[in-house]
Amino acid sequence: MTGTPGLDLVVDLPAPEAQPPAARRSVLRRLLTNPQGACCLAFLLLVVFMGLASPWLAPVGPNVTNLAAVNAPPFSPHHLLGADASGRDILSRLMWGTRETLLACVIVLLVSVLLGVTSGLIAGYYRGKFEASASWVSDVLMSLPGIVLLIALYARTGPNIVAAMAVFGLLIAPVYFRLVRSTVVGVRNELYVDAAKVVGLSDFRIVGRHVLSAVRGPVIIQSSFVLAAGIAIEAGVDFLGLGNPAQPSWGSVLQQSFNNIYNNGASVVWPALLISLTILALVLLGSVLRDLLQSSAHSRTLSSRRRRELSRQSRQDALPATKARPASSQDVVLSIRGLRIGYPDGTGGVREVVRGADLDVRRGEIHGLVGESGSGKSQIAFSTLGILPKEALILGGSILLDGKDLLASPKLMQEARGRRIAYVPQEPMSNLDPSFTIGAQLTYGLRAVKEMTKQEAEKKLLGLLARVGINDPERVFRLYPHQISGGMAQRVLICGAVAADPDVIVADEPTTALDVTVQAEVLELLRELDDERELAMILVTHNLGVVADICDYVSVMKDGLILERGDVDSLFESPAQAYTQELLSSSRRVELTEV
Amino acid sequence: MMTEPVLRVENLIVRFPGRRGSSITVIDGVSFDIKAGETLSLVGESGSGKTTIGRAILGLAPVTAGSITFRGEAISNIPRARRRKVARGIQVVFQDPYSSLNPAMTVEDILVEPLAAAGVSGGRTRVRELLDAVALPADTGGRYPREFSGGQRQRIAIARALALNPSVIICDEPTSSLDVTTQARVLTLFQEIQRETGVAYLFISHDLGVVNEVSNRIAVLYQGRIVEIGDAHGVATNPQHPYTRKLQMAAPVADPKKQRIRRARRLEAAALEDALASQQRTAEAN
Repeated sequence: MTGTPGLDLVVDLPAPEAQPPAARRSVLRRLLTNPQGACCLAFLLLVVFMGLASPWLAPVGPNVTNLAAVNAPPFSPHHLLGADASGRDILSRLMWGTRETLLACVIVLLVSVLLGVTSGLIAGYYRGKFEASASWVSDVLMSLPGIVLLIALYARTGPNIVAAMAVFGLLIAPVYFRLVRSTVVGVRNELYVDAAKVVGLSDFRIVGRHVLSAVRGPVIIQSSFVLAAGIAIEAGVDFLGLGNPAQPSWGSVLQQSFNNIYNNGASVVWPALLISLTILALVLLGSVLRDLLQSSAHSRTLSSRRRRELSRQSRQDALPATKARPASSQDVVLSIRGLRIGYPDGTGGVREVVRGADLDVRRGEIHGLVGESGSGKSQIAFSTLGILPKEALILGGSILLDGKDLLASPKLMQEARGRRIAYVPQEPMSNLDPSFTIGAQLTYGLRAVKEMTKQEAEKKLLGLLARVGINDPERVFRLYPHQISGGMAQRVLICGAVAADPDVIVADEPTTALDVTVQAEVLELLRELDDERELAMILVTHNLGVVADICDYVSVMKDGLILERGDVDSLFESPAQAYTQELLSSSRRVELTEV
Repeated sequence: MMTEPVLRVENLIVRFPGRRGSSITVIDGVSFDIKAGETLSLVGESGSGKTTIGRAILGLAPVTAGSITFRGEAISNIPRARRRKVARGIQVVFQDPYSSLNPAMTVEDILVEPLAAAGVSGGRTRVRELLDAVALPADTGGRYPREFSGGQRQRIAIARALALNPSVIICDEPTSSLDVTTQARVLTLFQEIQRETGVAYLFISHDLGVVNEVSNRIAVLYQGRIVEIGDAHGVATNPQHPYTRKLQMAAPVADPKKQRIRRARRLEAAALEDALASQQRTAEAN
């Protein structure tokens, strides 16, 4: 665990922000070190260069005919890729044609980015009427059949690749519009945009500084796919014979070769190959860019071999420890011994966030696990339920439920979870599925762990809902999560947790998201249930007031270690550790001790 | 001696459009004023409208009726360009130190932004001063927000708020997402800054204890109305309104013995309230 003393530095584990600065490299550099990205980029640059340099590099001009070489096969002298029906060099025509294709692509990109991004920015930032009408226009454009429209256009303008591609750009602009609009709608609600308004930045500068930077990545990724589509459409239009016959392009070379396929079959291969490879390179490049710009998780995984190695090591460590230290007393239900949990640190190593924790919970006892963010308290809670994030590694120790080690086999954990050990989460709302009624999800949850009919389950749950303080259980049973308050949602989850008659309840900051008056009621409920049902409860919290209110026993955690433990009265009266004293004085400073 | 209030809110009403043409009144006739160098706190639970009042003063929420005056000039519903001129002296520190700093900008860019917006030159030296004022090392400037903890980010946000030498800072739950030891340090920082610069705070919080620690006066909000306003110590320790009393009783204290007594009293009061309510119901039924 890295920690700088003196600074209030906390490493919040599950948060993605805790990235080491080393991971921050320029996107271009990362693109070049990615083999797939580097290959695609090199290929595309080569194509562009060959096209632009064709006046100097191409063997002959695009329309130079050599009647002696009519339908020359590939690899014949002077004609590397052969020649077409008029004796024109195919390599030269493809190189010259690249210019036409490039021009077409640039037009498509310019028109669509200009229209789509601008309208998307305005619609997303200001919303209102403009957004409504722009969305309508975008929907109409998306419903138009592109190629049919281009053929119709040809009827009016004749072979005019600039006009055709500009129209295609217009047709594809809604792709950018939708992308940019939805990104901007997300960004404009960020507090840093509000902060920029407060310090007096004009809208124009806010968009330039804060909004554009968020839009840039998605637009770059999308552009690579749009370019690929542009090449395909340009080739398609030319292939249908709607291009300018005086100017070669990839599509027209393909079309002429195709018309001549019985005389010179091989000539079709080259334009087809060039078009396919270029499109492939663009699409692959887009995928690589997407990975680079939009995800950061892949750098923090370990190879599966290393994972296996580490967990095998931990098993070997765990066995003697378990034998050496049996659960200390009869009524201890859950006992954690020498638990160590780590996360990959991004450089192949492992960073330990829980460094050997011991914890005993007795029947009818509420055990407070208190600490600040990054202390590892939630990691312990998650590990007793087997719901650690999948990158997490159990490096050692055991979790004994009635003497059986849950970490030894996933099957034991599976059997215990929900049946013997239940969970009350921190965020009640996000732990209820918004698309099912309260009743449906409670019944489903109960029947997943207990053999009972739907009627039996419902009857039991309705009784329990009344017990947890919900006045009209039948009505609440039919409501959806968004129709109830946060406090009520937490009561519903507590009801779900006790429904299967568990022995242990793990409550992870169960009142942190609630108002203080509701918190008092929910704590009261937890206390009553604990007394009634002789539960063993682990209550994870950062609030020492909550511990003083409800817990019998408390363990203080810091940096993955349990620093101090004891019954609540004596620990709060005479804390031994300096850290506990600091915690206590910090929270007593901001509380109303006058009764 | 009477000091002229630096910020005055009179009969503020904020309504948001609701479903099917109806409207929801979030703030219903709130009035208060803040004198220079003073801390007034708004305390209330979720849905009480405390954040909306702050946003209305900052021009981020619509004002339906009533007036907000800053140094004698009306600042509600004025155009953004005019607001930039007159309301620069009102700044803000938001609750969430994660989304209030643009992740793509360095700390220096974040701190220079208000200076650039105001057309102040010599930004770099000012950045050094600001970082110093919030006790962050001088080399912080070149780093990105993600490299800092919640408490450090909140310091950066405070530095940004200080950049334009404001006379009022709206602090919207600035310590709610921080650890308790970090919270203590950040609250101390707020107090030091006030002593040195004489800035006034509108401190918005759900925590009566925190508010008692930092404020001169407290206003208690309930469902968009101020139910009690007065001297901080008085409101926090001897509340008059039943809702304030309920708030005061509900916060647990980090002392098991005292907490047991408080809890017993709270349960007593709740039982009494229930009894009264059921009496009323029977009376209504008859």
